[in-house]
Amino acid sequence: MFTDFFYILRKNKVPVSLIEWMTLMEALAKGHIKDLDEFYFLARAILVKSEAYYDQYDVAFQQYFQGVEAPEEITEQVLDWLEDPLNRLFLNEEERAKFESMDFDELIKELEKRLKEQTEQHDGGGHWIGRGGTSPFGHSGYHPAGIRIGGESGGRHAVQIAGERRFKNYRSDLTLDVRQIGMALKKLRQLRRTGLEDELDLEGTIKATAKNAGDLDFIWQRSRRNTVKLLLLMDVGGSMEPFAQLCSQLFSAAHSSTHFRDFQYYYFHNCIYDYLYRDVERLDAVSTLHLLRTLESDYKLLLVGDARMGPWELTERYGAINYYERNEIPGILWLKRIRDHFSHCVWLNPDDPRFWIHPTVQMIGKLFPMYQLTLSGLEEAVGKLVVAR
Amino acid sequence: MEKDSFAQFSGSEDYVTSEPLENAVNVAIALGRPLLIRGEAGTGKTLLAHSIAKGLGKKLLTWNVKSTTKAQEGLYVYDTVQRLNDSRFGDKDISDIKQYIKLGKLGQAFSSPEQVVLLIDEVDKADIEFPNDLLNELDEMSFYIPETNETITAIHRPITVITSNAEKELPDAFLRRCIFHYIEFPTPELMEEIVRVHFPDIKDSLLSEALKAFYSLREIDNFRKKPSTSELIDWIRALIAGGIPHESVTKQMPFVGTLLKKENDYDYFVNNFVIRRR
Repeated sequence: MFTDFFYILRKNKVPVSLIEWMTLMEALAKGHIKDLDEFYFLARAILVKSEAYYDQYDVAFQQYFQGVEAPEEITEQVLDWLEDPLNRLFLNEEERAKFESMDFDELIKELEKRLKEQTEQHDGGGHWIGRGGTSPFGHSGYHPAGIRIGGESGGRHAVQIAGERRFKNYRSDLTLDVRQIGMALKKLRQLRRTGLEDELDLEGTIKATAKNAGDLDFIWQRSRRNTVKLLLLMDVGGSMEPFAQLCSQLFSAAHSSTHFRDFQYYYFHNCIYDYLYRDVERLDAVSTLHLLRTLESDYKLLLVGDARMGPWELTERYGAINYYERNEIPGILWLKRIRDHFSHCVWLNPDDPRFWIHPTVQMIGKLFPMYQLTLSGLEEAVGKLVVAR
Repeated sequence: MEKDSFAQFSGSEDYVTSEPLENAVNVAIALGRPLLIRGEAGTGKTLLAHSIAKGLGKKLLTWNVKSTTKAQEGLYVYDTVQRLNDSRFGDKDISDIKQYIKLGKLGQAFSSPEQVVLLIDEVDKADIEFPNDLLNELDEMSFYIPETNETITAIHRPITVITSNAEKELPDAFLRRCIFHYIEFPTPELMEEIVRVHFPDIKDSLLSEALKAFYSLREIDNFRKKPSTSELIDWIRALIAGGIPHESVTKQMPFVGTLLKKENDYDYFVNNFVIRRR
C-alpha cells in the first residue's frame, strides 16, 4: 500500500527508512485513519524526523496525491522556472541593490498582479516574469522564502496544506540562525588539559587508594579546555550588502562562543591588500603583514565573502576598487600569502553555488576550499578546518 | 488498562493543542513509541507532557537531562560510595547490594504498577551518544542490573515524551524509533485561544490590542530572541495587573521588558521605535 509514496519521498531526499515505513503500516493496520488529512499528519509524524524535511515531505505528498483530490495549481514548476540561474549572472551591483530595496510584500503583490496578466513563459525584457531582463521576479534567488503564486490559505484539504509549503523556511539548506551557527562552530573544539588541577582523577585515585591499603588518597588533574584560536576575515559592503544579515549572524555566533582561546576578526572589501580593518566602516586599519607576523600559523582562518569582483581587482597592481589602497602587489598574491601562512583555512561564500562560475570566484576557489554559507556548508567547512590542509 | 480507542488525548483545560499535535500524541500512544517534540523555545514542549499526564489522569515522571547526564543514571545508580562508607563503620549489612541500587527515572517508570507519562526533557543537552545508549531500553522496555542479577521489565509501557531544542543532532537510529512532531509558533487565532485559557475574563479589546502588538514585535528580525508564548502570558498578566487601558497598549508598549529579555533587544527596540515615535 502506498509503496510508490515511499519512493517518491526518497526521491525528494526525505530520509525514510524501512523501519519507519513498517511503523506507518502498523499504524494504518490499526485502522485509525479516517481521511487524507489524518493520513497527512500521521505519515508526517512517523516518517519525517526533522522540520527541515517538512517541506520536501509536502512536495512529495503533493506529487503522489495529486490525482486523489483536486489539488491547487502546482507552484513548484513556476518556482523552478523562476529560480533558473540564467539571469543573475548579468545583473550589476546597482540592479542587485534595487531588488534588495523592494519590500517583499510589495514584490508578492506585484508578482500576483503580473502573473494574472501573463500567459506564457517569457525570457528577457523588463516587465514580465521570466528569465533575464530586469523584472524583479526573474531572479527569485534573493527571496528563498518563495514567491508563492496563487493558492488560498483557507483550505483544509491535506493536498492543499502540502501545497502551502509553510515549512519551506525550515529546510536546513536555507536556514541559519545564531544558535545553529554557534553549534556548528562548536565542532571546532580541541580539548587540551590546561590550568589548575581542579578535576578529580578517578583512575588515579583508585590506584593510589589501593596502594595506600584502602585509605582514600585523592589525585587531582587539570581540566580540559579548548585550545582553538579563530581568525575571521569578512568581506563587507558592495555586493555583500544582501548578505549583511547572514554575516552578522555568523559574526555574533563566533563572537558569543566562549570556547575559543582567542578570537580575532577583521574586515575587508572585495579583496585583501596591504591593510585589513577593525571596523565595518574600514577606517581603523591594521597592516596585513603585521597580522601575518603576529598571528601564529595555527589560527583557524574563516574567510567570508562572495569572492565576486572585477578580475583586475584580483590580478592587477593598483587594481583595488578603492583608489587609496594603491596596492603594489596584486590581490591574488596577498591571498596566496595568507593561505600559505595559515595551515587551516576555508572560504565561506554566502552566494548560491550555482553562481560560482564567475571568474574571480573560480580563482579564489582554487586557493581556498570554498563552501556555501548555509548550515550544511558551514558544517563541512568546520570539518575541513579541523584537519590541516 | 489501556483504552482501545485511538483518540485518547485532546488537550487539557489549561493547554490548547492543534490537530496535528493531538494526532501525533495519539499515534505515539497507540504504537507505544516515544514521541519526540521539537519547536521554538516557549511553545510549550515541556508543558505538553504535563498536559498529557493531566488529560489522561496518569502520573508524570520528569527526567531533566543536563550536559553531564549519563544514560545509565536514568536506569539505576549503584551507590558504591555509600557502601564503601558503610563498610568503614560496620553498622550496616553491606552484603545486601540491593539497598544500594537506586532506580533512575526510566527504571521507576518501568517498575511502576500503573502506566505513567515519562518526560525526558531536553534530550539534546546531554552527550551526543546519550540517545543511542537508551535505544535498547526504549525498544525492549527492559534492562538488566548485573550487580543483583535482576531484570527490570516494564509492567506497562510508559507514554514517553522527549523534548529537544535541536542543540545537537540526534542519531538516526534513535530518530527511526520515534514519532516526531514540530510545534509551530501558534497562529494569532490559536494564540487567542491559548491566552483565554490563562485569562478567561480578559476583555476582547485588550486581548486583540496585545496580540497585535505582540505579533508586530515578532516581525522584527533584528531581535536576538523573539518574544514567545510564555513571555506574552507574562506581559498580559502585567497589563491586567497594571490596569492599562487597551488604547495605550500598542501606542506606548508598557512593560515591554517582560517581552524582550535581552538587553540588546530592549535597547534596539527603545532606540528604533520608542524614540522615533515621540
